[in-house]
Amino acid sequence: MRSIAQNTPGKVVLLMGNEAIARGALEAGVKVCAGYPGNPSSEIIGSLAEVANELGLHVEWSINEKVALEIAAGASFSGLRSLCAMKQNGLNVASDFLLNLNLTGCKAGLVIVVADDPAGISSSNEEDSRLFAKIGDLPLLEPAHFQEAKEMAREGFSISEALGLPVLIRSVTRVSHARGNVTLGELPHSNPKPAFDLAQPRLAFPPLPNHKVLHEKFKKARTMFETSSFNVYRGPEKPEVTIITSGSGYLYSCEAVFNLNAKERVGILKMGTTWPLPEEFLLKHLRRSDQFLFIEEVDPFLENNVKEVFAQHCMELGVKRFFGKANQMIPDVGELTPEIVTSALQALLAIPYTPGPEAYNRTASEALAEVVPPRALSFCAGCPHRATYWAIKTALALDGREGIVLGDIGCYSLGVGASGFFQMKTLHAMGSGVGLACGLGQLDRFGLDQPVIALCGDSTFYHAAMPALANATYNSANFLLLLLDNSATAMTGFQPHPGTGTTATGSPAPILDLQTLCQSLGAKVEVVDPFDIEGTIAAILKMVRMVKGVKALIFKRECALVSGRRQKKNYQVEIDPERCLGDSCGCNRLCTRVFKCPGLRWDPKKKKAQIDEAICNGCGVCVEICPASAIRREAQ
Amino acid sequence: MFDLKDPFNVIIGGVGGQGNVLASRILGEILIGQGYVITIGETYGASQRGGSVMSHLRISKKEPFSPLIPQGQCDLLIALEPVEALRILAPYGKPDVLTLLNTRPIHPIDVISGDATYPEVSKVIAKVEQLSLRVWVLNATEIALEMGDPIFSNIVMLGALSTIQVLPVERQAFEEVARDLLPSRSLMENLRAFDRGREMVKEIPSKKVPLA
Repeated sequence: MRSIAQNTPGKVVLLMGNEAIARGALEAGVKVCAGYPGNPSSEIIGSLAEVANELGLHVEWSINEKVALEIAAGASFSGLRSLCAMKQNGLNVASDFLLNLNLTGCKAGLVIVVADDPAGISSSNEEDSRLFAKIGDLPLLEPAHFQEAKEMAREGFSISEALGLPVLIRSVTRVSHARGNVTLGELPHSNPKPAFDLAQPRLAFPPLPNHKVLHEKFKKARTMFETSSFNVYRGPEKPEVTIITSGSGYLYSCEAVFNLNAKERVGILKMGTTWPLPEEFLLKHLRRSDQFLFIEEVDPFLENNVKEVFAQHCMELGVKRFFGKANQMIPDVGELTPEIVTSALQALLAIPYTPGPEAYNRTASEALAEVVPPRALSFCAGCPHRATYWAIKTALALDGREGIVLGDIGCYSLGVGASGFFQMKTLHAMGSGVGLACGLGQLDRFGLDQPVIALCGDSTFYHAAMPALANATYNSANFLLLLLDNSATAMTGFQPHPGTGTTATGSPAPILDLQTLCQSLGAKVEVVDPFDIEGTIAAILKMVRMVKGVKALIFKRECALVSGRRQKKNYQVEIDPERCLGDSCGCNRLCTRVFKCPGLRWDPKKKKAQIDEAICNGCGVCVEICPASAIRREAQ
Repeated sequence: MFDLKDPFNVIIGGVGGQGNVLASRILGEILIGQGYVITIGETYGASQRGGSVMSHLRISKKEPFSPLIPQGQCDLLIALEPVEALRILAPYGKPDVLTLLNTRPIHPIDVISGDATYPEVSKVIAKVEQLSLRVWVLNATEIALEMGDPIFSNIVMLGALSTIQVLPVERQAFEEVARDLLPSRSLMENLRAFDRGREMVKEIPSKKVPLA
């Protein structure tokens, strides 16, 4: 298998943006790497973990992003280059430490990579984490393509050391989760011995003098960025319009200029160092044009900061027109696309452009509307969460008091929709369902008569729900925690966590047992297998009816994709067409219409259910659903 | 032999779990070995939960293009599922697009539940044919199931691709990349899947005037 550790300088390889960042860190001689999985950042630590043993690095999946950043900072304080990687929500978690770390500074290069998910393709929120660089007066780099992702990661360590500050690299989905050509550099061989210099304590307190020092470093960063090779202008000497762009916006801008055949009329200023902005460099380019178009994801960060520089120098620069999110030429939410940039540019340049002939587009759209059914997301065939939600739905209906299910982030977030029978009623941050339950679990004294139910996954529990559970016990909240233990951080690629018994690099690790942990935090605990549908319904019903205290019910069943990698099907599942009565059964097509496992099919001609053998993973749960006993399973 | 349009734009699309990301990566690796500059944009997130997924490949001799293909600029569509072909052609197709199609449907949950209907496959193929300059078809999933695991259907499709003379994909190059990227225990099966795709793909004779 191929790895990112091949020492073949000059070789051109196909790397994902995240792998390119990881490779850049290796070329900089990184020694300690930590993070918490989250798309679109997960492959940074994932690919480093694969080569950690070979290269003698420490790479870990930490319990959460704040701890991960503290680990990386500890290594930096002791003279080892370190990297920390996370998604946008992760930086929120790590921000308390980050906004103290900026005051103490660091020693060896410390690079913090945050991969944002514009449009929230695999997130609960949409957020522009570049604003943290502004809050913390920290240097910020934004890679625009794969080669630059590698170069910035490598260079980030030198910048960090020169300034004595952590460097933020902000990536986005279309850089992190895209692949392209990357020319490899050399892997260094250095083995510095770590030592923490006791004469140089790292104390954020007292804040004022430290804040002053931070501002001096910040000025130095601005000067340093004046000559950075990451800021590039491409275009004519005096363009009609200059696009000012960063990150993913750069390739879309190039594409738009290419599509409109407008390279004689448009310049592209690609900013790689976006905080602090190099003022002199920027002024030089602001003199080039009278019109500027800002292309960036998601907030008008560059747009507002460039305008601030303009405002400071407007007497000298004269009248300029700025286009972007402020004048609604570019949408202020969601991802950019080539179309968004092309249509903005075509409006500014008055160039007509339509994608493809109208007759074709019309026929294609008609075909789409006429025959193509929607394809909603659903739990995978054999996913334990489907069985879990089935049991929750049934038990809460039997209980009859409109129990409130408070959820959070994971594959099980699909519980907000049809796949989880619309059971989940709140969705915010990691572990927030348990925290919310601490609140709602106090409201019975005010007359709340609905049962309070928190729901969270195994990795999420370790990440953010343990303090909330301790809080519940301490403050006598009343609720039932449903802990969905599928033995993986499934949504982000099955990374191990403290309950799985292995580390990021494959070493054995002690298991922090969820049952013991919940008991020690004061909860009354039971464990069920969600594939035992009847037993699970009974357990939920029993525990939701216990009046006082904190109860935890653990649903223990491995993620179907994890078990599917290791073993073939548990069962061969078949539907007996003689026994399946279809629409005349009275079950109202329970298996396909309600349970909706993608491994099932409804044959509209024969009016019977069928198994799709290409999708069915042989969990056998639908056998328990069918009232006519038409679904049969045979152990494999 | 291959004088490709620059950039040449390929979409590999299907349903999460069908292996479109791996197929695009293998294709990218084969082409990078021939000196092309490749950009691949992938749909993640939904990829393991039954949603529609796409990989966009930009193939150039000059420079990297954006990871998303502009609408109406797909040159080759490799569709791992029939209705997904139409879903992709609507925004990305053009009169001279070439389509390689796996004819085996995967029913969305709205079809399973009876809230929506899945069209006859022959009807889908007719629409695809109307929207493409040339169309090649095979039931890659059926071939993979005959081999014992539907997981091979993406490789069957790559095998089919290697015979239609649209991109410079040779068996030899596939084998080299497969040795690098795929687990060694499944190498022989993957090579067999590739060969089965080569044998089974058929072009649909065109019977229409292209939509201009």
